Formats: sequence, C-alpha cells, structure tokens
Amino acid sequence: MGTAAIEVRGLWKIFGPKADRIIGSPDAELDSAALRAKTGCTAAVRDVSFDVRPGEVFVVMGLSGSGKSTLVRCLTRLIEPTGGDVAIGGEDVRAMSAAQLRELRRHRVSMVFQHFGLLPHRRVLDNVAYGLEIQGVAKAVRHEKARSILSLVGLEGHENSFPDQLSGGMQQRVGLARALAVDPEVLLFDEPFSALDPLIRRDMQAEVIRLHREVGKTMVFITHDLSEALKLGERIAIMRNGSIVQVGTPEELVGAPADDYVADFVRDVPKSHVLSLRWISRQPEEDDPLDGPELPADTVIHDAIPAAMASARPIRVVSDGELVGVVDRVDLLGAVRLGEGADDDHAALAGLPAEEA
Amino acid sequence: MVTAPAEMAPPVSVGARAQRLIRWIAPAAGVVLFVALYLVFKGTDVLPHDDDAAFFRGLNDARDWVDENRNNNPVFLFFLNYIRLFVADLFTVFQSALAGLGWPGLIGVAAGLGWLAGGWRIAAVSVAGFAGIGVLGLWDASVDTLALTLSAVLLSLVVGIPIGVLTGRSPSVRRIVTPVLDVMQIMPTFSYLSPIVLLFLIGPASATLATMIYAIPPAIRITALAIERVPPTVVEASESLGATRWQTMRKVRLPMALNTIALGVNQTIAAALSMVPLVALIAAPGLGVDLIRALAQVNVGAALVPGIGIVLIAIVLDRITRSAAVARAGSRVWRWAGLVVAVVAGLALTPVLSAEFPEQWEIQIVRPINDVVSWIEGNWYVFTGFLNDTVAYGLLNPLQNLLTSAPWWLITLAVLAFAWRISGLRAGLIAAGCLAAIAALSLWEHSMETLTIVLVAAVITIAAGAALGIGAARSRWFAAVLRPVLDAAQTMPSFSYLLPAVALFGNGRFTAIIASVIYAVPVVARLVEDGLRAVPGTVLEAARSAGSTDRQLLWKVQLPMARSSLLLAANQGIVMTLAMVVIGALVGAGALGYDVVAGISQQEDYGKGLAAGVALVLLGIMLDRITQGASGRLNPEKKRIA
Repeated sequence: MGTAAIEVRGLWKIFGPKADRIIGSPDAELDSAALRAKTGCTAAVRDVSFDVRPGEVFVVMGLSGSGKSTLVRCLTRLIEPTGGDVAIGGEDVRAMSAAQLRELRRHRVSMVFQHFGLLPHRRVLDNVAYGLEIQGVAKAVRHEKARSILSLVGLEGHENSFPDQLSGGMQQRVGLARALAVDPEVLLFDEPFSALDPLIRRDMQAEVIRLHREVGKTMVFITHDLSEALKLGERIAIMRNGSIVQVGTPEELVGAPADDYVADFVRDVPKSHVLSLRWISRQPEEDDPLDGPELPADTVIHDAIPAAMASARPIRVVSDGELVGVVDRVDLLGAVRLGEGADDDHAALAGLPAEEA
Repeated sequence: MVTAPAEMAPPVSVGARAQRLIRWIAPAAGVVLFVALYLVFKGTDVLPHDDDAAFFRGLNDARDWVDENRNNNPVFLFFLNYIRLFVADLFTVFQSALAGLGWPGLIGVAAGLGWLAGGWRIAAVSVAGFAGIGVLGLWDASVDTLALTLSAVLLSLVVGIPIGVLTGRSPSVRRIVTPVLDVMQIMPTFSYLSPIVLLFLIGPASATLATMIYAIPPAIRITALAIERVPPTVVEASESLGATRWQTMRKVRLPMALNTIALGVNQTIAAALSMVPLVALIAAPGLGVDLIRALAQVNVGAALVPGIGIVLIAIVLDRITRSAAVARAGSRVWRWAGLVVAVVAGLALTPVLSAEFPEQWEIQIVRPINDVVSWIEGNWYVFTGFLNDTVAYGLLNPLQNLLTSAPWWLITLAVLAFAWRISGLRAGLIAAGCLAAIAALSLWEHSMETLTIVLVAAVITIAAGAALGIGAARSRWFAAVLRPVLDAAQTMPSFSYLLPAVALFGNGRFTAIIASVIYAVPVVARLVEDGLRAVPGTVLEAARSAGSTDRQLLWKVQLPMARSSLLLAANQGIVMTLAMVVIGALVGAGALGYDVVAGISQQEDYGKGLAAGVALVLLGIMLDRITQGASGRLNPEKKRIA
C-alpha cells in the first residue's frame, strides 16, 4: 500500500451549507434527491477509495454528474474535499499548507483540462512555459524546455502562434505540453478529448498511449466515453452518483460486471475485442484432441480467430506453461456472437460452451 | 395541498376567468378610490412652494458655519483642504503640460496615440478633430476642458480600477459597492454640485471631483465585469500549476480583462465629458463656460460652437480608446515608432508655427447658425408652436395641476400602492418614503413640477424607443440604418441634445422634454432590440413551424421572452429622462434644476439649492425603485418562495 502513487481513502465532497456535518450522520446514506431536499446539500463524491499504482493509467469513468470531475479536482484540492484522505507519493495532501500545496502543484502533479484553459493573450511557447514561469525559472531555460516539449507533442513550428490560431486538437496538445513541461510525477486528465472531433480524439488517444510509453508517468484519466476508457485504462473505476461502483481491468468490467448498472454500460462492447481466452476456455472433454495450436490465456478472443481458422482442432489455452483449458471453433463463434450484442445476458457467457457442447 | 388541485380541476375556465377579474378589480378600485379622495380633498395639504422656508434658512446657517470654520476645523484643515489642493495641483499640471505642448505638439501627441491605438485612420480622426477645434477658435478653452477631463479620468481610474478588481473578486465587497454605485448612477448630476462646493469651494478642484463622481461608476463596474468574466477554466489551469493568487491575477486575470477594462476607460471618458458644461456652473474653466452663458441668453449659435468643440474632443478620445480596446495584430515596433515620430514632429513644429492657434485660420460660424435658427423660428413656428402648445396644454398642465392640487399624502399613498403592485411592498415603502422626505424638504411643489416633466418625457421616450427597437429587431435594413445612428448618439455628451431642441423650440419645459427624449431613446431602443434579438433562434423556428404569423411571433413569443430587457429599458429610460430634465433647467425647464443652479450662484439661495439636490436624488431613487423591482417580481424563483 505504501507503494501507491495516489491513495484515496473515504473521500467525500459535499457542496452546500454545513456540508461537513453530514459525513458520518444518517443523512449520508440518503440518495442525492433526498439529501438535497432535506439539507440543501449536494454530494458530488461519496466515500470514494482507490489506489493508483506508479506508472499506471487509471481511468475514472462515469456519466455527466457522476462526480468524476469533482473527484479529480479533490486530488490536488482545486476543490477542497469535505472529508477523507488523499496521499500522493505517500504524502498527506489534505494536511498540506497552502505553500506545500503550491509546491505539489508546481512540481509533482499537473492537469489537462476539458476546455484546454489556455491563455489567449500568450503565444503557444509562453503557454507551455507558464508552469515554469510561475516557479520562477529564467526565461531562456523555460523557453528551451518548452520548445523540447512542444516537439515531443508534435507541435514544432507553432511556438509563436496564438492559441486561437490552432485547431482544437492542436490546442489540446498545447494543454498537454503545458502539463508535461513541469516534469510532474502524476498527470491528471479531466475529459481532455471530449470537446474534440472523433477522428482527432482517436489521434490524441494514440498520442497519450505513446507518451505514456515514452515518459511513463502515472496518469489519472477522467472520461465519459467507455471506448476511450477501455482503450487507455489499465484499470478503470466506474462512478455513479458520486460513488465508485466497480474498479477493475477492462476485462474484469466486461467479463464480470459488478451490478446491472455496469452491465448495462458494457453491454454494447464487442466482447471478443476485450475478453481473453481465459474467459471462455473450458475443461477438455474426453473426445477433444489435445494436439491443437497453443495460445497464452491472455490472448484476446478476436486475436485467436486466425489460429482457429488454421486448425480444426481445439486451441490449447496455457498459462505459465500449464494447460488451463481448451477453446474450439464453436466456443469462439459463440463469444464473437455475444460481442455483437446478439445476446444480452452476460451470465450466459459462462454457461455457453456447455450448452453448445 | 394534495387534494386541492383535484377539486379545482373541473371548473378551470370559470376559475381562470374569476381570477383574471379579481386581478383587475383591485387596481380599478384603487383608481376609483384615488379619484374620489382627490375630489373630496382637492386643495387641502398641498404644500405650496416657499422660497424662504425655515429648512432652507437652517441649511444656509450650516453653510455659514462651514465658511467660518473652513480654516480652523481639523476635518477641513487636515483632510478636505488637502484633497482640494492636491486635485487643483493635478489639474494645473495637466493644464500647463497641455498648454506647453503648443497646438502643433498637442495635435502631434493625439495623432501619435491614434496611430498607436488604431493605425492611420484613428490618427487622421485625431488630427482632424483637434484641428477642427482650433479652426472653431476654441483652442484655449479646449485645453482647459481637456486638462479637467484628463485629471478627472485619471483619478477615476486610479481609484476605480482597484475597487473594480476587488468588486470582481470578492462577493462581500460587491455587496457594499453595488448599491453605492446604483445610487451614484441614479443621482442626477446636478444634485451633488452644492455639497461639493460646500466642502471644496468653487473652482477646478470641485469641478474635477464632481466629474469624478459621475465618471467613476463605469470604471468600477466594467473592471469588475471584466475580472469576473475571465473564464474559470483558465484560472483553474493556472491554479493547478501552483500559481499564487497574485501570479494568477497579474498573469491571467488582468491581461485577459485588459481589453474590457479599456472599454471601461472609454466609458469613463465619455461620462467625464458630459459633465463639462455642468461643472462650468461651479467655476470650472473650459468650453462649458461659453456654452452655459450662451444657453442662458438663448444664443443657439454661440452655444453650438463650444458644443461642437466638446463633441469633437469626445469623438477623438472615444475613437482612440475604443480602438485601443480591440486587440490588434501587427508589428509592435512599427506602432511605437509611429507614436514617437508624430510626437516629435508635433513638438518640432511648435516653435515654428507658434504655440497659439493662428487667428487667421479660425472661422466664424455663430452668425450663420443664428440666421438659420431665426429662419426656423420664423417659418416653422406653426409646427413647433403647435407641438409645444399641444404638449403643454394637453399633457403637462393637467398633470402638473393634478399633482400640485392633490394633498401630498394622497400622492404618496398612490405611489405606495402603485409601486407595491408593480415591484412589491419593499419598493413601495421606499418610494413612498422618498416622497415623504421630499415633503419634509419643503420642496413638494417644485418636485411635482419636475416629476410632471419627467413622466411626460418618459412616456414619449419609452413609446418611441420601443417602436424603434421593435422595428430594428424585425427588419434587417431598418436595423442597418438605425444602428450607426444610435451608436453615434451614444458617443455624444448628454447636454449636446439640448442645442437642437433649443434651436427648434426655444426655451421652456418642452425643450427639456425633447432633449431628454433624444438623449434616452437610443438606449431604450438598443435595449429593446437586443432583448428581442436575444430570443433563441430555435424557439422562433419552433413557433414559426407551428404556423405563427409575424404578429403572433412578436406578441406571444418575442415580447414575453424579452420581458426583463423591456423592463430594464423602461427603467433606464426613466432614470435617463430624469437626468436630462434636470439639466433642462439650463434652458428654462425650471423647478428643482433651477433651484440647484440658483443655489450655486446666489448666496441666499444656497439652502434651497442643497435641498433641491437631495430632492432630486430622492426622486431618482423613487422612480428607479418603482420600475426596477418589476423585473424581479416575475422571477419564478421568487414567486415560489412567496
């Protein structure tokens, strides 16, 4: 636990009068409408706990109003939490003085915003250098650093443009560069791409994956877009009405949703693109030939299709050199059919191979 | 509570009709009651005017005490007198600096600033405007006016911008500042001349301070607005990088607010220039002196020339500051180089061409203007006289007769009832309180006379403004014609509207009405048009697709949805009308405005003038409260609580 980059324990944010008295009282159990009617307060974040491992991309996903943007702002106290604990790099953020908090924001955690938050009266170069400027870094040094970061995000040649001369995607690259320029340990993304066109969004997602590979920062990524979450997240937390409903890998969310809400969310996800063979493998039966092709258990179903095409024998699914089960063509087809949304009942997934057999 | 709607549900139409009837019964009964009480009590408790009221004598005594103790009372000795000396010195510095530049130097500076702010066009406007002042023979007076305006504007900005920044950042400061500014802006300009003279004597210092009182509210308000409007996302981004409050202010908020603040400077200058003729009443040097004297003699030509001078200064300063408010691309070096070149060229020419504007270049236009005016008087009399008499005998006299012959308590009760109905009990009580205070000031009759003119002018203003605004909102070409006219009208200093009115209608109440209508109509029309245009296109499209005619669209969709803008337009129209009607005292509209002028110029009338100033403020607050609450009343939030 001490190794986590970010630890969040029992975090609350309640907006409204005398909000701090609600935590721990019976009112805390009320749903949002009842709470507002009774106390005039709105609970945006309710008793949220999670850990982010160093170097991990942790995605928080939820619909608008689920409290995810408030949650990410509570991490560096851009919004002051009402209760609970936040630790970044093992240091208690809530206990920090104003000066310590400023140091944290200046050097260790930086953020990328949905609407970019660029300074319209400054050139791109000075926007990127802004974080260094307020640290008091000399002009020549900060400009040099800003230039190198701009080339990292593919914006060389635009140093002297003003933000309004750039497209939305390029503006967000500036926002990204500004966050990277201070060389933080942790990057926070608040729905950074939801204001962009779908094609640009895809480019930017690829950009984030590339940057993560190159600079290896810990990232907390807020989004309302499930496909974005599945694409970027090593682990995903699903939020609803201020609480976290489930935390897990994409595979866990799709394969074993914690409740109907999550199930409903992931229903349209093509499961053959997310689930691995582990989820559909079954114990070999007596007449199954065991000389078919061998694939690791974490192979995504979709990627197993060529092997199944090449050989009529069941695929042998192995993990750490041990056979965990087999998958034949019928099993694969069933899983692909599921992925296209033909079958709503995720529970059928487990029973499917038996049925077909 | 739960069963009530079910019980009421069936007889909906009967209930609605009954409700509508009840809604009209109360006002109708009120009117009948008023008429009945008027007929019974007419002529009693009428508070006729007395120039020698005990209250005025008391104020005169207070003035005498201040005059005797001006140089030994510590408040004066260590505070007020220093303010006076400092402001007077500031004026002198500006005056000698501007005069020292000589006319070529000053034109050079203006051209350079114009170039810096907006390129060669604005530079050309500056040169033409200032040269025009010289050609009209107004150079020396204009330098005084410019010096006074600049010192007042400088003080307003130095004090106003920091207050504006605080107001924009702190809700608790806003709660204090906003009502103070509200009252400052409702106060007719005349009302604070007497108290200022009492504290700071007559002269440039008092004139600068009076101008400042009028000019500082836009500086504060627009700065506050600019600071508030800085997008929170940018501020948040800055904070997320660990900026201190001061860093965010200096590097984010202020730079982003700068263009809007420049607009505030523009408004501050415009306000300051409209005070020029009024501060001439308290012995400020400048263009206002000739203007006031000529107005008193009904010499339109002699008044028009300095009037044109003020308008020219207004146009030059407006164009320079307005283009400074628009961010410009282009080489910074080039712009500053232009400024330096123009200033140096101007200064170099000063010794060559002499600092005095050459007399042989001046032209005389007073006589030709007066010829035109007398031609108008001679030939249009049938028309102007008819208009004048119709309004005087048909509207002004009957209304004034009613207001002055009814008992004062009946008028007060009527205002209470009316304001209560329109804007709620609180507004009603404030309005009635204002009237009662006016009665206590011994200025009832004159206040009723002023109120008469204001009401008539306000009705005409609102009707004309609404018609123009609706026309502009509905017809593209009408808007295209109207908009530049309204824009130009809003740049003009307020008193300049008196001049054409005097030319057409001579001296009198009707002239004040015409001037205030011309003054206030552009604002009313603009607010109405903007309100109608702000109705979302999707709503209009939906109404049109349901088959609404244009007329239905206007009455059932646009006007109801623009309700708050319309009420604001009415409120602004009335407040502006009051301001102008008071200035109309300069052209014979009499009543409270005249009392103020007399109070400044004649020792024995001081008390009456001071009281009249207070009465004007009370009238302003009353009219504002009656109309301002109206927008809040239909606020659904408030209704639910009620």
